[in-house]
Amino acid sequence: MNKLSAESYQKIDAAIAKYPPEHKQSAVMAALTIAQDERGWLSPETLKEIADYLDISPLAVYEVATFYTMYHLKSVGRYTLTVCTNLPCALQGANRTAEHLKKILNIDWGETTQDGMFTLLSGECMGACGEGPVLLRNNKTMCGNMTPQAVDSLLAELCRSRKGDADVG
Amino acid sequence: MSDNFFDFGADALLLAGLNGKNWRLEDYVARGGYRALKKILANPGHWTSDQVIAEIKLSMLRGRGGAGFPTGMKWSFMPKDAPVKYIVCNADEGEPGTFKDRDLLRYNPHLVLEGMIIAGYAMGCRRGYMYVHGEIWEVYERCEEAVAEARMANLLGNHILGSSFSFDIFNHHGFGAYVCGEETSLLESLEGKKGRPRYKPPFPANVGLYGKPTTINNVETLANVPFIVDKGGQWFLDLNGTMAGGTKIFSISGDVARPGNYEFPLGIPFSKLLLKAGGMRDGLGLKAVIPGGSSAPVLPAAVMLETNLDYDSIAKAGSMMGSGAVIIMNETRCMVRSLLRLAEFYHEESCGQCTPCREGTGWLVRVLHRIEHGEGRAEDIDLLDDIARNISGRTICALGDAAAMPIRSFLKHFRDEFVYHIEHRSCQVADYV
Ligand SMILES: Cc1cc2nc3c(=O)[nH]c(=O)nc-3n(C[C@H](O)[C@H](O)[C@H](O)COP(=O)(O)O)c2cc1C
Ligand code: SF4
Ligand code: FES
Repeated sequence: MNKLSAESYQKIDAAIAKYPPEHKQSAVMAALTIAQDERGWLSPETLKEIADYLDISPLAVYEVATFYTMYHLKSVGRYTLTVCTNLPCALQGANRTAEHLKKILNIDWGETTQDGMFTLLSGECMGACGEGPVLLRNNKTMCGNMTPQAVDSLLAELCRSRKGDADVG
Repeated sequence: MSDNFFDFGADALLLAGLNGKNWRLEDYVARGGYRALKKILANPGHWTSDQVIAEIKLSMLRGRGGAGFPTGMKWSFMPKDAPVKYIVCNADEGEPGTFKDRDLLRYNPHLVLEGMIIAGYAMGCRRGYMYVHGEIWEVYERCEEAVAEARMANLLGNHILGSSFSFDIFNHHGFGAYVCGEETSLLESLEGKKGRPRYKPPFPANVGLYGKPTTINNVETLANVPFIVDKGGQWFLDLNGTMAGGTKIFSISGDVARPGNYEFPLGIPFSKLLLKAGGMRDGLGLKAVIPGGSSAPVLPAAVMLETNLDYDSIAKAGSMMGSGAVIIMNETRCMVRSLLRLAEFYHEESCGQCTPCREGTGWLVRVLHRIEHGEGRAEDIDLLDDIARNISGRTICALGDAAAMPIRSFLKHFRDEFVYHIEHRSCQVADYV
């Protein structure tokens, strides 16, 4: 398996530099994030590579990767859509949004569409309830006021961008 | 980033004058930013670390992260002689209903940085860490930009503005774990481990990050600090008529016309906040309010409408200020279903190291699930109360108490609905959670 790119290693080095030199382990969360950004998900080989680089045991890395919910230990679609389903968002219509997404994509929570485009995930409060219902795209982009209509335009935009192969992230 | 609007209220202090675009260093300085830090560094003879802490004590600033602990007192717990100490800003905002720290950091990041720098000065720290909630990557990126700006301007780094004080801030991005908002779990996470809360004592002021004395403060708490230094602790205390100084950002969500952040002096009537948020959505009646984030006890409309929003008044009404997240539920909402959703959350987020929390939260979910789905038994209500009682006070961290608190308050105020579900073997309300 190929190593992570030089660019990823540069970013990991920048993360390591944020902590005292004897505490490289502090950079493990950032390193996993950077690796997941490059690869889409975290394979056992990737976890091992990060463990070696940070001089910590693969088990320590595995523990972190399994504890935090935003790391993917299985491959996911090109776009992950994580819908917040906690109470404040639910009061603002998150359930309708979720049902709509499931129907259109024809998948349930945790599943990926057959074309590998979308993975649908259910999430807890993202600290953005004022704009609820919210969904988080690829762990990075917060989309607010996600009514069923807003979902339709988001999906249309993402499908269009695939044709042009532009990276909307 | 999606923005809603920028009407935070005429009394806003922390969010005053923000329009979503004016977050950069030059904008902040134009608003009077970094004046407090400059004042301290220009006159260190007067502004000793003790003097800064005295000013914070005078202001009666209380922590905005949930527990409401007096900030000045917390800072004075830090040992004076330790060579390495840390200040950590808790931006792991994940308490359901709370979304104020996100707005503070994306619209006014330098205010929080200045607060952290002053905190570092007062407690003799040379390093601070900002722990940003996993789901708000865009806010993390903004913090990275703001820190870079501050370093360029020598507001961070060695010999800040030519003084003898050196201090730097580093941003750490979380990755999805509510429990990491708990301060010792957050420290574990910063150390690159899974976020499992630590036993206390020892408290972080003695043994914190990397075993060194550490103070953890909420974003909003630190955002108040520059104003207190600049305008005085007494001025801050006088901003409202209560026993704690300052304004509060209320995150209001749920069945209101305009969910959002509104900043008011502590102590305003709840009805004023509701009005500011446009009143009830679709003109429906108010049934219940959770006034301080999902971990705070729920209160019925009648009680809430008589309550002022400050630490003491909310406590007297039987709940708590918590994070200042006000969740509104209208007359059509089913309290069993709402409670079930909260119970699922705590069960999902329990780190699992204490048996009462790990097993108790799962048990609560199962019992609530069967009541909601028409399979409840007559003894289930007492059982819920029993389970909650057995979690409270018997766990390493307060997540256990947070899971128990909603249960007992929902049962206390809305017992009839639970009884109805059990007797009629059904729920009358259409699905919404
Ligand atoms: C389960 C749990 C979650 C918490 N989440 C947060 C949080 O997201 N943000 C926060 O500032 N404090 C949170 N706290 C409270 C912190 O432990 C701590 O009291 C707080 O950050 C102290 O800051 P303050 O004194 O400025 O309020 C949480 C506590 C518990 C038990
Ligand atoms: S109370 Fe729950 S979340 Fe807190 S330490 Fe115990 S098991 Fe973990
Ligand atoms: S409940 Fe959905 S973001 Fe808070």
